[in-house]
Amino acid sequence: MTDDIVMDHLPTRRDEEWRYGALDTLKGMSKDIFENWRDIDVPAGESMCETFVLDAADGPDLTRLRVNIGEGATAAIFAVNTGAPYSRMEVVVRCAKGAHFEFGGVTIGGGDATREFVTRIAHDEPDATSNQVVRAVHWGKAVGNFLGRIDVVKEAQKTDAAQDFKAILLEKGASANAKPQLEIYADDVKCAHGAAIGALDQTAAFYMAARGLPPELARKLQIRAFVADAFLALEDEARQEELLERALAVLDRKL
Amino acid sequence: MLKIENLRAEVGGTEILKGLSLEIGAGEIHAIMGPNGAGKSTLSYVLGGRPGYEVTGGSVTFDGQDLLELEPHERAAAGLFLGFQYPVEIPGVSNVQFLREAANAQRKARGQDPLSGGEFLKLAKEKAGLLKMDMEMMKRAVNVGFSGGEKKRAEMVQMGILDPKFAVLDETDSGLDIDALRVVGDGINAIMRESGKGVLLITHYQRLLDYVKPDYVHVLAKGAIVKTGGPELASQLESEGYEAVAA
Ligand SMILES: Nc1ncnc2c1ncn2[C@@H]1O[C@H](COP(=O)(O)OP(=O)(O)OP(=O)(O)O)[C@@H](O)[C@H]1O
Ligand SMILES: [Mg+2]
Repeated sequence: MTDDIVMDHLPTRRDEEWRYGALDTLKGMSKDIFENWRDIDVPAGESMCETFVLDAADGPDLTRLRVNIGEGATAAIFAVNTGAPYSRMEVVVRCAKGAHFEFGGVTIGGGDATREFVTRIAHDEPDATSNQVVRAVHWGKAVGNFLGRIDVVKEAQKTDAAQDFKAILLEKGASANAKPQLEIYADDVKCAHGAAIGALDQTAAFYMAARGLPPELARKLQIRAFVADAFLALEDEARQEELLERALAVLDRKL
Repeated sequence: MLKIENLRAEVGGTEILKGLSLEIGAGEIHAIMGPNGAGKSTLSYVLGGRPGYEVTGGSVTFDGQDLLELEPHERAAAGLFLGFQYPVEIPGVSNVQFLREAANAQRKARGQDPLSGGEFLKLAKEKAGLLKMDMEMMKRAVNVGFSGGEKKRAEMVQMGILDPKFAVLDETDSGLDIDALRVVGDGINAIMRESGKGVLLITHYQRLLDYVKPDYVHVLAKGAIVKTGGPELASQLESEGYEAVAA
Protein backbone atom coordinates (compact mmCIF):
# COMPACT_ATOMS: atom_id res chain seq x y z
CA MET A 1 0.00 0.00 0.00
CA THR A 2 2.60 2.59 -1.03
CA ASP A 3 -0.22 5.07 -1.72
CA ASP A 4 -1.16 5.20 1.94
CA ILE A 5 2.38 5.84 3.04
CA VAL A 6 2.84 8.73 0.65
CA MET A 7 -0.55 10.24 1.36
CA ASP A 8 -0.79 9.93 5.13
CA HIS A 9 -1.03 13.70 5.53
CA LEU A 10 -4.49 13.55 3.93
CA PRO A 11 -7.44 13.78 6.31
CA THR A 12 -9.75 10.79 6.71
CA ARG A 13 -13.37 10.37 7.75
CA ARG A 14 -12.21 9.25 11.16
CA ASP A 15 -11.13 12.84 11.72
CA GLU A 16 -14.12 14.39 13.46
CA GLU A 17 -13.50 17.72 11.75
CA TRP A 18 -13.40 16.21 8.27
CA ARG A 19 -16.33 13.82 8.59
CA TYR A 20 -18.51 15.61 6.03
CA GLY A 21 -15.69 16.82 3.79
CA ALA A 22 -15.39 15.96 0.09
CA LEU A 23 -12.20 14.05 0.77
CA ASP A 24 -11.94 12.49 -2.67
CA THR A 25 -11.29 15.95 -4.11
CA LEU A 26 -8.17 16.25 -1.94
CA LYS A 27 -6.32 13.32 -3.50
CA GLY A 28 -2.86 14.31 -4.63
CA MET A 29 -2.73 17.53 -2.65
CA SER A 30 0.66 18.14 -1.14
CA LYS A 31 1.42 18.22 2.54
CA ASP A 32 2.24 21.94 2.77
CA ILE A 33 -1.32 22.84 1.75
CA PHE A 34 -2.54 21.25 4.95
CA GLU A 35 0.03 23.11 7.00
CA ASN A 36 -0.82 26.46 5.55
CA TRP A 37 -2.44 28.55 8.29
CA ARG A 38 -2.82 32.28 8.40
CA ASP A 39 -2.35 33.77 11.86
CA ILE A 40 -4.34 36.75 13.02
CA ASP A 41 -3.44 38.36 16.34
CA VAL A 42 -5.75 40.89 17.90
CA PRO A 43 -3.90 42.75 20.68
CA ALA A 44 -5.64 43.41 23.99
CA GLY A 45 -8.41 45.98 23.75
CA GLU A 46 -8.38 46.19 19.95
CA SER A 47 -10.81 44.95 17.37
CA MET A 48 -10.64 43.54 13.84
CA CYS A 49 -13.20 42.65 11.24
CA GLU A 50 -12.57 40.81 8.00
CA THR A 51 -14.84 39.55 5.27
CA PHE A 52 -14.22 36.69 2.86
CA VAL A 53 -15.75 35.54 -0.39
CA LEU A 54 -14.73 31.96 -1.11
CA ASP A 55 -15.64 31.33 -4.70
CA ALA A 56 -13.06 28.93 -6.12
CA ALA A 57 -14.33 27.56 -9.41
CA ASP A 58 -11.93 24.64 -9.59
CA GLY A 59 -10.99 23.91 -6.00
CA PRO A 60 -10.49 22.14 -3.66
CA ASP A 61 -9.98 25.30 -1.71
CA LEU A 62 -8.94 25.44 1.92
CA THR A 63 -8.95 28.68 3.90
CA ARG A 64 -7.45 28.23 7.35
CA LEU A 65 -7.27 30.94 9.96
CA ARG A 66 -5.86 30.94 13.48
CA VAL A 67 -7.22 33.85 15.44
CA ASN A 68 -5.77 34.84 18.77
CA ILE A 69 -7.99 37.37 20.54
CA GLY A 70 -6.31 39.26 23.35
CA GLU A 71 -7.85 40.46 26.60
CA GLY A 72 -10.98 42.53 25.99
CA ALA A 73 -10.38 42.42 22.23
CA THR A 74 -12.88 41.58 19.49
CA ALA A 75 -12.52 39.65 16.25
CA ALA A 76 -15.28 39.43 13.67
CA ILE A 77 -15.18 37.25 10.59
CA PHE A 78 -17.87 37.07 7.92
CA ALA A 79 -17.78 34.82 4.89
CA VAL A 80 -19.75 33.79 1.85
CA ASN A 81 -18.77 30.33 0.68
CA THR A 82 -19.83 29.46 -2.87
CA GLY A 83 -16.77 27.52 -4.04
CA ALA A 84 -16.60 24.20 -5.86
CA PRO A 85 -16.14 21.32 -5.85
CA TYR A 86 -14.93 21.50 -2.24
CA SER A 87 -14.60 24.76 -0.39
CA ARG A 88 -13.75 24.72 3.27
CA MET A 89 -13.08 27.47 5.74
CA GLU A 90 -11.56 26.60 9.07
CA VAL A 91 -11.27 29.07 11.88
CA VAL A 92 -9.46 28.21 15.06
CA VAL A 93 -9.93 30.80 17.76
CA ARG A 94 -8.48 31.42 21.17
CA CYS A 95 -10.28 33.88 23.42
CA ALA A 96 -8.45 35.58 26.27
CA LYS A 97 -10.25 37.15 29.24
CA GLY A 98 -13.27 39.24 28.21
CA ALA A 99 -12.63 38.73 24.49
CA HIS A 100 -15.40 38.46 21.91
CA PHE A 101 -15.48 36.42 18.72
CA GLU A 102 -18.16 36.96 16.11
CA PHE A 103 -18.64 34.69 13.11
CA GLY A 104 -21.19 34.92 10.30
CA GLY A 105 -21.07 32.44 7.44
CA VAL A 106 -23.21 31.56 4.46
CA THR A 107 -22.80 28.51 2.27
CA ILE A 108 -24.87 28.79 -0.87
CA GLY A 109 -24.95 26.99 -4.19
CA GLY A 110 -25.86 23.96 -6.21
CA GLY A 111 -23.98 21.45 -8.34
CA ASP A 112 -22.45 18.56 -6.45
CA ALA A 113 -20.11 20.73 -4.45
CA THR A 114 -19.43 20.56 -0.73
CA ARG A 115 -19.08 23.83 1.14
CA GLU A 116 -18.32 24.01 4.81
CA PHE A 117 -17.33 26.04 7.80
CA VAL A 118 -15.38 24.41 10.58
CA THR A 119 -14.76 26.44 13.69
CA ARG A 120 -13.01 25.60 16.92
CA ILE A 121 -13.17 28.13 19.69
CA ALA A 122 -11.12 27.80 22.82
CA HIS A 123 -12.46 29.78 25.73
CA ASP A 124 -9.27 29.69 27.77
CA GLU A 125 -10.00 32.48 30.23
CA PRO A 126 -13.09 33.88 32.01
CA ASP A 127 -15.70 36.32 30.70
CA ALA A 128 -15.20 35.79 26.99
CA THR A 129 -18.12 35.58 24.57
CA SER A 130 -18.57 34.12 21.12
CA ASN A 131 -21.44 34.21 18.68
CA GLN A 132 -21.72 32.24 15.45
CA VAL A 133 -24.52 32.43 12.89
CA VAL A 134 -24.35 30.16 9.86
CA ARG A 135 -26.91 29.91 7.08
CA ALA A 136 -26.91 27.36 4.27
CA VAL A 137 -28.93 27.46 1.04
CA HIS A 138 -28.45 24.57 -1.35
CA TRP A 139 -29.89 22.88 -4.39
CA GLY A 140 -28.82 20.27 -6.93
CA LYS A 141 -26.72 17.71 -5.09
CA ALA A 142 -24.83 20.28 -3.06
CA VAL A 143 -23.87 19.82 0.57
CA GLY A 144 -23.50 22.56 3.20
CA ASN A 145 -21.86 21.86 6.57
CA PHE A 146 -21.18 23.62 9.80
CA LEU A 147 -18.98 21.93 12.36
CA GLY A 148 -18.55 24.08 15.41
CA ARG A 149 -16.54 22.99 18.37
CA ILE A 150 -16.39 24.97 21.58
CA ASP A 151 -13.92 24.19 24.36
CA VAL A 152 -14.44 25.87 27.68
CA VAL A 153 -11.70 25.15 30.18
CA LYS A 154 -12.33 24.96 33.91
CA GLU A 155 -11.01 28.48 34.56
CA ALA A 156 -13.19 30.09 31.88
CA GLN A 157 -16.13 30.98 34.12
CA LYS A 158 -18.87 33.27 32.74
CA THR A 159 -18.20 32.15 29.21
CA ASP A 160 -21.15 32.88 26.90
CA ALA A 161 -20.98 31.00 23.61
CA ALA A 162 -23.78 30.81 21.04
CA GLN A 163 -24.10 28.89 17.78
CA ASP A 164 -27.01 29.11 15.40
CA PHE A 165 -27.27 27.10 12.18
CA LYS A 166 -30.16 27.06 9.75
CA ALA A 167 -30.37 25.51 6.31
CA ILE A 168 -32.85 25.76 3.48
CA LEU A 169 -32.78 23.04 0.87
CA LEU A 170 -34.41 24.11 -2.38
CA GLU A 171 -34.28 20.69 -4.02
CA LYS A 172 -34.49 17.11 -2.84
CA GLY A 173 -30.92 16.11 -3.72
CA ALA A 174 -29.26 18.80 -1.61
CA SER A 175 -28.26 18.24 2.01
CA ALA A 176 -26.90 19.98 5.07
CA ASN A 177 -25.09 18.80 8.18
CA ALA A 178 -24.63 20.53 11.48
CA LYS A 179 -22.31 19.21 14.14
CA PRO A 180 -22.05 21.22 17.31
CA GLN A 181 -19.48 19.89 19.72
CA LEU A 182 -19.32 21.34 23.19
CA GLU A 183 -16.55 20.47 25.62
CA ILE A 184 -17.33 22.36 28.77
CA TYR A 185 -15.32 22.04 31.95
CA ALA A 186 -16.35 25.27 33.72
CA ASP A 187 -19.67 25.31 35.62
CA ASP A 188 -20.84 28.92 35.27
CA VAL A 189 -21.22 28.98 31.51
CA LYS A 190 -23.88 29.74 28.92
CA CYS A 191 -23.67 27.73 25.73
CA ALA A 192 -26.62 27.92 23.36
CA HIS A 193 -26.79 26.09 20.08
CA GLY A 194 -29.57 25.54 17.59
CA ALA A 195 -29.79 23.83 14.24
CA ALA A 196 -32.69 23.60 11.83
CA ILE A 197 -32.92 22.24 8.31
CA GLY A 198 -35.99 22.84 6.20
CA ALA A 199 -37.53 24.01 2.96
CA LEU A 200 -38.78 27.46 1.97
CA ASP A 201 -42.03 28.44 3.67
CA GLN A 202 -44.74 27.62 1.12
CA THR A 203 -47.43 29.59 2.92
CA ALA A 204 -45.31 32.71 2.69
CA ALA A 205 -44.56 31.89 -0.96
CA PHE A 206 -48.29 31.83 -1.78
CA TYR A 207 -48.89 35.01 0.19
CA MET A 208 -46.18 36.74 -1.85
CA ALA A 209 -47.60 35.36 -5.10
CA ALA A 210 -51.04 36.63 -4.12
CA ARG A 211 -49.50 40.11 -3.97
CA GLY A 212 -48.09 39.73 -7.48
CA LEU A 213 -44.54 38.52 -6.91
CA PRO A 214 -43.40 35.91 -9.45
CA PRO A 215 -41.97 32.77 -7.80
CA GLU A 216 -38.30 33.60 -8.58
CA LEU A 217 -38.61 37.04 -7.02
CA ALA A 218 -40.52 35.77 -3.99
CA ARG A 219 -37.89 33.12 -3.45
CA LYS A 220 -35.10 35.64 -3.73
CA LEU A 221 -36.70 37.94 -1.16
CA GLN A 222 -37.17 35.04 1.24
CA ILE A 223 -33.62 33.80 0.80
CA ARG A 224 -32.19 37.28 1.11
CA ALA A 225 -33.91 37.68 4.46
CA PHE A 226 -32.74 34.22 5.50
CA VAL A 227 -29.04 34.68 4.74
CA ALA A 228 -29.01 38.27 6.02
CA ASP A 229 -29.10 36.88 9.57
CA ALA A 230 -25.49 35.80 9.19
CA PHE A 231 -24.33 39.34 8.51
CA LEU A 232 -26.48 41.24 11.00
CA ALA A 233 -23.51 41.75 13.30
CA LEU A 234 -21.45 43.29 10.50
CA GLU A 235 -21.62 46.97 11.33
CA ASP A 236 -20.36 48.32 8.00
CA GLU A 237 -23.57 48.36 5.95
CA ALA A 238 -21.78 48.63 2.62
CA ARG A 239 -19.78 45.49 3.32
CA GLN A 240 -22.90 43.77 4.61
CA GLU A 241 -24.69 44.59 1.37
CA GLU A 242 -21.74 43.42 -0.70
CA LEU A 243 -21.65 40.00 0.98
CA LEU A 244 -25.41 39.66 0.52
CA GLU A 245 -25.10 40.50 -3.15
CA ARG A 246 -22.29 38.01 -3.61
CA ALA A 247 -24.40 35.30 -2.00
CA LEU A 248 -27.53 36.15 -3.98
CA ALA A 249 -25.65 36.37 -7.28
CA VAL A 250 -25.19 32.61 -7.04
CA LEU A 251 -28.94 32.23 -6.69
CA ASP A 252 -29.53 34.45 -9.72
CA ARG A 253 -27.47 32.08 -11.82
CA LYS A 254 -29.72 29.23 -10.72
CA LEU A 255 -33.02 31.00 -11.39
CA MET B 1 -66.74 41.20 -13.81
CA LEU B 2 -66.28 37.95 -11.86
CA LYS B 3 -68.34 34.97 -12.92
CA ILE B 4 -68.11 31.69 -11.04
CA GLU B 5 -69.98 28.80 -12.58
CA ASN B 6 -70.62 25.45 -10.97
CA LEU B 7 -67.21 25.49 -9.29
CA ARG B 8 -65.99 22.29 -7.69
CA ALA B 9 -62.77 22.04 -5.71
CA GLU B 10 -60.95 19.56 -3.51
CA VAL B 11 -58.52 19.99 -0.67
CA GLY B 12 -56.48 16.98 0.40
CA GLY B 13 -58.78 14.68 -1.57
CA THR B 14 -61.97 15.99 0.06
CA GLU B 15 -64.48 17.91 -2.05
CA ILE B 16 -65.14 21.24 -0.34
CA LEU B 17 -66.76 23.37 -3.06
CA LYS B 18 -69.64 21.45 -4.58
CA GLY B 19 -70.95 23.34 -7.56
CA LEU B 20 -70.75 26.96 -6.46
CA SER B 21 -72.10 29.67 -8.77
CA LEU B 22 -71.89 33.42 -8.25
CA GLU B 23 -71.75 36.46 -10.48
CA ILE B 24 -70.48 39.85 -9.39
CA GLY B 25 -70.85 42.82 -11.69
CA ALA B 26 -68.56 45.85 -11.91
CA GLY B 27 -69.34 48.43 -9.23
CA GLU B 28 -70.95 45.82 -6.97
CA ILE B 29 -70.16 44.68 -3.47
CA HIS B 30 -71.30 41.20 -2.46
CA ALA B 31 -71.12 39.68 0.99
CA ILE B 32 -70.80 35.99 1.72
CA MET B 33 -71.83 34.67 5.10
CA GLY B 34 -71.94 31.09 6.23
CA PRO B 35 -71.19 28.66 9.02
CA ASN B 36 -67.67 27.64 10.02
CA GLY B 37 -66.23 25.09 7.65
CA ALA B 38 -68.70 25.94 4.86
CA GLY B 39 -65.89 26.59 2.38
CA LYS B 40 -65.62 30.39 2.40
CA SER B 41 -61.86 30.54 2.80
CA THR B 42 -61.53 27.65 0.39
CA LEU B 43 -63.38 29.73 -2.21
CA SER B 44 -60.96 32.63 -1.68
CA TYR B 45 -57.92 30.36 -1.97
CA VAL B 46 -59.27 28.71 -5.12
CA LEU B 47 -59.80 32.16 -6.64
CA GLY B 48 -56.23 33.07 -5.67
CA GLY B 49 -54.80 29.82 -7.05
CA ARG B 50 -53.31 28.43 -3.86
CA PRO B 51 -51.34 25.19 -4.44
CA GLY B 52 -53.18 22.18 -2.99
CA TYR B 53 -56.62 23.58 -3.82
CA GLU B 54 -57.55 21.54 -6.83
CA VAL B 55 -60.34 22.63 -9.13
CA THR B 56 -62.22 19.57 -10.36
CA GLY B 57 -65.02 21.25 -12.26
CA GLY B 58 -66.67 24.49 -13.32
CA SER B 59 -65.17 27.78 -14.41
CA VAL B 60 -64.19 31.23 -13.20
CA THR B 61 -64.11 34.16 -15.60
CA PHE B 62 -62.55 37.47 -14.56
CA ASP B 63 -63.11 40.37 -16.95
CA GLY B 64 -63.62 37.91 -19.77
CA GLN B 65 -60.43 36.00 -18.97
CA ASP B 66 -60.19 32.40 -17.71
CA LEU B 67 -58.93 33.09 -14.18
CA LEU B 68 -58.14 29.46 -13.38
CA GLU B 69 -55.59 29.32 -16.19
CA LEU B 70 -53.41 32.00 -14.60
CA GLU B 71 -50.63 31.50 -12.07
CA PRO B 72 -51.29 33.11 -8.65
CA HIS B 73 -48.99 36.09 -9.33
CA GLU B 74 -50.59 36.59 -12.75
CA ARG B 75 -54.02 36.76 -11.10
CA ALA B 76 -52.72 39.53 -8.85
CA ALA B 77 -51.31 41.42 -11.82
CA ALA B 78 -54.66 41.00 -13.57
CA GLY B 79 -56.17 42.93 -10.67
CA LEU B 80 -57.28 40.32 -8.12
CA PHE B 81 -56.53 40.96 -4.45
CA LEU B 82 -56.95 38.43 -1.66
CA GLY B 83 -57.33 39.74 1.88
CA PHE B 84 -56.26 36.80 4.05
CA GLN B 85 -58.22 35.52 7.04
CA TYR B 86 -54.82 34.81 8.58
CA PRO B 87 -52.22 37.16 7.09
CA VAL B 88 -48.82 35.51 6.81
CA GLU B 89 -45.61 36.60 8.52
CA ILE B 90 -42.49 37.08 6.38
CA PRO B 91 -39.49 37.45 8.69
CA GLY B 92 -36.70 39.72 7.50
CA VAL B 93 -38.71 41.37 4.70
CA SER B 94 -40.08 44.83 5.50
CA ASN B 95 -43.55 45.93 4.42
CA VAL B 96 -42.01 48.73 2.40
CA GLN B 97 -39.62 46.43 0.56
CA PHE B 98 -42.26 43.73 0.03
CA LEU B 99 -44.93 46.06 -1.27
CA ARG B 100 -42.60 48.00 -3.52
CA GLU B 101 -41.39 44.77 -5.11
CA ALA B 102 -44.98 43.54 -5.40
CA ALA B 103 -46.32 46.78 -6.87
CA ASN B 104 -43.50 46.96 -9.39
CA ALA B 105 -43.81 43.29 -10.33
CA GLN B 106 -47.49 43.91 -11.07
CA ARG B 107 -46.69 47.05 -13.04
CA LYS B 108 -44.06 45.20 -15.04
CA ALA B 109 -46.53 42.44 -15.87
CA ARG B 110 -48.95 45.11 -17.12
CA GLY B 111 -46.28 46.84 -19.18
CA GLN B 112 -46.09 49.91 -16.92
CA ASP B 113 -42.94 51.68 -15.72
CA PRO B 114 -41.81 50.86 -12.18
CA LEU B 115 -42.41 53.31 -9.34
CA SER B 116 -39.27 55.02 -8.10
CA GLY B 117 -38.37 54.79 -4.42
CA GLY B 118 -39.76 58.29 -3.83
CA GLU B 119 -42.99 57.69 -5.72
CA PHE B 120 -43.56 54.46 -3.86
CA LEU B 121 -42.96 56.00 -0.43
CA LYS B 122 -45.40 58.80 -1.20
CA LEU B 123 -48.04 56.25 -2.18
CA ALA B 124 -47.33 54.09 0.88
CA LYS B 125 -47.61 57.11 3.20
CA GLU B 126 -50.91 58.12 1.65
CA LYS B 127 -52.45 54.64 2.02
CA ALA B 128 -51.05 54.08 5.51
CA GLY B 129 -52.57 57.44 6.43
CA LEU B 130 -55.91 56.42 4.98
CA LEU B 131 -55.91 53.37 7.25
CA LYS B 132 -54.44 55.37 10.17
CA MET B 133 -51.42 53.11 10.30
CA ASP B 134 -48.09 54.43 11.55
CA MET B 135 -45.37 54.48 8.86
CA GLU B 136 -43.00 53.03 11.45
CA MET B 137 -45.00 49.79 11.22
CA MET B 138 -44.48 49.79 7.48
CA LYS B 139 -40.74 49.58 8.07
CA ARG B 140 -41.14 46.43 10.18
CA ALA B 141 -41.09 42.91 8.75
CA VAL B 142 -44.35 41.88 7.08
CA ASN B 143 -46.87 40.97 9.80
CA VAL B 144 -44.12 39.84 12.20
CA GLY B 145 -45.17 40.69 15.73
CA PHE B 146 -48.31 42.48 14.49
CA SER B 147 -51.43 42.00 16.62
CA GLY B 148 -54.44 40.33 15.02
CA GLY B 149 -56.10 43.68 14.36
CA GLU B 150 -52.89 45.28 13.08
CA LYS B 151 -52.51 42.48 10.56
CA LYS B 152 -56.00 43.11 9.19
CA ARG B 153 -55.35 46.82 8.96
CA ALA B 154 -52.02 46.13 7.22
CA GLU B 155 -53.87 43.98 4.67
CA MET B 156 -55.98 46.99 3.76
CA VAL B 157 -52.89 49.21 3.46
CA GLN B 158 -51.54 46.61 1.04
CA MET B 159 -54.79 46.70 -0.89
CA GLY B 160 -54.63 50.49 -1.06
CA ILE B 161 -51.10 50.43 -2.44
CA LEU B 162 -51.75 47.67 -4.97
CA ASP B 163 -55.07 49.21 -6.06
CA PRO B 164 -56.77 46.04 -7.37
CA LYS B 165 -59.84 45.81 -9.59
CA PHE B 166 -61.42 43.08 -7.53
CA ALA B 167 -60.92 42.18 -3.87
CA VAL B 168 -61.89 39.04 -2.00
CA LEU B 169 -61.73 39.98 1.68
CA ASP B 170 -61.80 36.97 3.98
CA GLU B 171 -62.99 38.02 7.45
CA THR B 172 -61.10 41.29 7.30
CA ASP B 173 -63.33 42.47 10.15
CA SER B 174 -62.48 39.75 12.64
CA GLY B 175 -59.95 40.86 15.22
CA LEU B 176 -60.65 44.58 14.75
CA ASP B 177 -61.69 46.78 17.65
CA ILE B 178 -64.71 49.07 17.27
CA ASP B 179 -62.74 52.11 16.08
CA ALA B 180 -60.53 50.06 13.78
CA LEU B 181 -63.62 48.50 12.23
CA ARG B 182 -64.82 51.94 11.16
CA VAL B 183 -61.38 52.92 9.83
CA VAL B 184 -61.14 49.70 7.83
CA GLY B 185 -64.73 50.01 6.58
CA ASP B 186 -64.06 53.59 5.40
CA GLY B 187 -60.80 52.38 3.85
CA ILE B 188 -62.53 49.65 1.86
CA ASN B 189 -65.05 52.18 0.58
CA ALA B 190 -62.33 54.68 -0.34
CA ILE B 191 -60.22 52.11 -2.18
CA MET B 192 -62.80 49.85 -3.77
CA ARG B 193 -66.04 51.77 -4.26
CA GLU B 194 -65.58 52.69 -7.90
CA SER B 195 -67.59 51.92 -10.97
CA GLY B 196 -65.01 49.55 -12.47
CA LYS B 197 -64.28 47.62 -9.28
CA GLY B 198 -65.86 44.82 -7.32
CA VAL B 199 -65.64 43.31 -3.84
CA LEU B 200 -66.49 39.97 -2.32
CA LEU B 201 -66.67 40.37 1.46
CA ILE B 202 -66.56 37.23 3.53
CA THR B 203 -67.81 37.93 7.03
CA HIS B 204 -69.60 36.47 10.03
CA TYR B 205 -71.04 39.72 11.30
CA GLN B 206 -73.46 42.42 10.32
CA ARG B 207 -71.31 45.21 11.80
CA LEU B 208 -68.82 45.49 8.89
CA LEU B 209 -71.77 45.60 6.50
CA ASP B 210 -73.05 48.70 8.34
CA TYR B 211 -69.98 50.52 6.99
CA VAL B 212 -69.50 48.72 3.69
CA LYS B 213 -73.04 48.34 2.39
CA PRO B 214 -73.37 45.28 0.19
CA ASP B 215 -75.60 45.13 -2.87
CA TYR B 216 -76.17 41.41 -2.33
CA VAL B 217 -75.76 38.98 0.53
CA HIS B 218 -75.23 35.26 -0.07
CA VAL B 219 -75.27 32.33 2.27
CA LEU B 220 -72.60 29.72 1.59
CA ALA B 221 -73.25 26.35 3.21
CA LYS B 222 -71.71 22.96 2.53
CA GLY B 223 -69.79 24.20 -0.48
CA ALA B 224 -72.53 25.99 -2.40
CA ILE B 225 -74.54 29.22 -2.37
CA VAL B 226 -77.85 28.25 -0.77
CA LYS B 227 -79.56 31.63 -0.48
CA THR B 228 -79.18 35.12 -1.93
CA GLY B 229 -80.82 38.35 -0.87
CA GLY B 230 -80.32 42.07 -0.26
CA PRO B 231 -78.64 43.69 2.77
CA GLU B 232 -81.67 42.76 4.89
CA LEU B 233 -80.63 39.09 4.65
CA ALA B 234 -77.58 39.85 6.80
CA SER B 235 -79.70 41.25 9.63
CA GLN B 236 -82.12 38.37 9.34
CA LEU B 237 -79.21 35.90 9.63
CA GLU B 238 -77.84 37.79 12.60
CA SER B 239 -81.11 37.56 14.51
CA GLU B 240 -82.30 34.12 13.41
CA GLY B 241 -79.12 32.14 12.60
CA TYR B 242 -78.14 30.03 9.58
CA GLU B 243 -80.19 27.00 10.52
CA ALA B 244 -83.47 28.88 10.47
CA VAL B 245 -82.80 31.09 7.44
CA ALA B 246 -80.94 28.87 5.03
CA ALA B 247 -82.19 25.39 5.88
N1 LIG C 1 -55.94 20.51 3.90
C1 LIG C 1 -57.20 20.12 4.14
N2 LIG C 1 -57.55 18.83 4.12
C2 LIG C 1 -58.82 18.44 4.34
N3 LIG C 1 -59.82 19.29 4.64
C3 LIG C 1 -59.54 20.60 4.68
C4 LIG C 1 -58.23 21.09 4.43
N4 LIG C 1 -58.26 22.43 4.54
C5 LIG C 1 -59.53 22.76 4.84
N5 LIG C 1 -60.30 21.66 4.92
C6 LIG C 1 -61.74 21.61 5.27
O1 LIG C 1 -62.46 22.36 4.34
C7 LIG C 1 -63.63 22.85 4.97
C8 LIG C 1 -63.83 24.30 4.59
O2 LIG C 1 -62.83 25.09 5.22
P1 LIG C 1 -62.80 26.66 5.05
O3 LIG C 1 -61.57 27.15 5.71
O4 LIG C 1 -63.01 27.01 3.64
O5 LIG C 1 -64.08 27.10 5.90
P2 LIG C 1 -64.67 28.54 6.19
O6 LIG C 1 -66.02 28.60 5.60
O7 LIG C 1 -63.71 29.58 5.76
O8 LIG C 1 -64.79 28.53 7.77
P3 LIG C 1 -64.53 29.67 8.88
O9 LIG C 1 -65.80 30.44 8.98
O10 LIG C 1 -64.30 28.89 10.13
O11 LIG C 1 -63.36 30.48 8.47
C9 LIG C 1 -63.48 22.61 6.45
O12 LIG C 1 -64.29 21.54 6.84
C10 LIG C 1 -62.03 22.25 6.59
O13 LIG C 1 -61.82 21.36 7.66
MG1 LIG D 1 -62.51 30.93 6.70
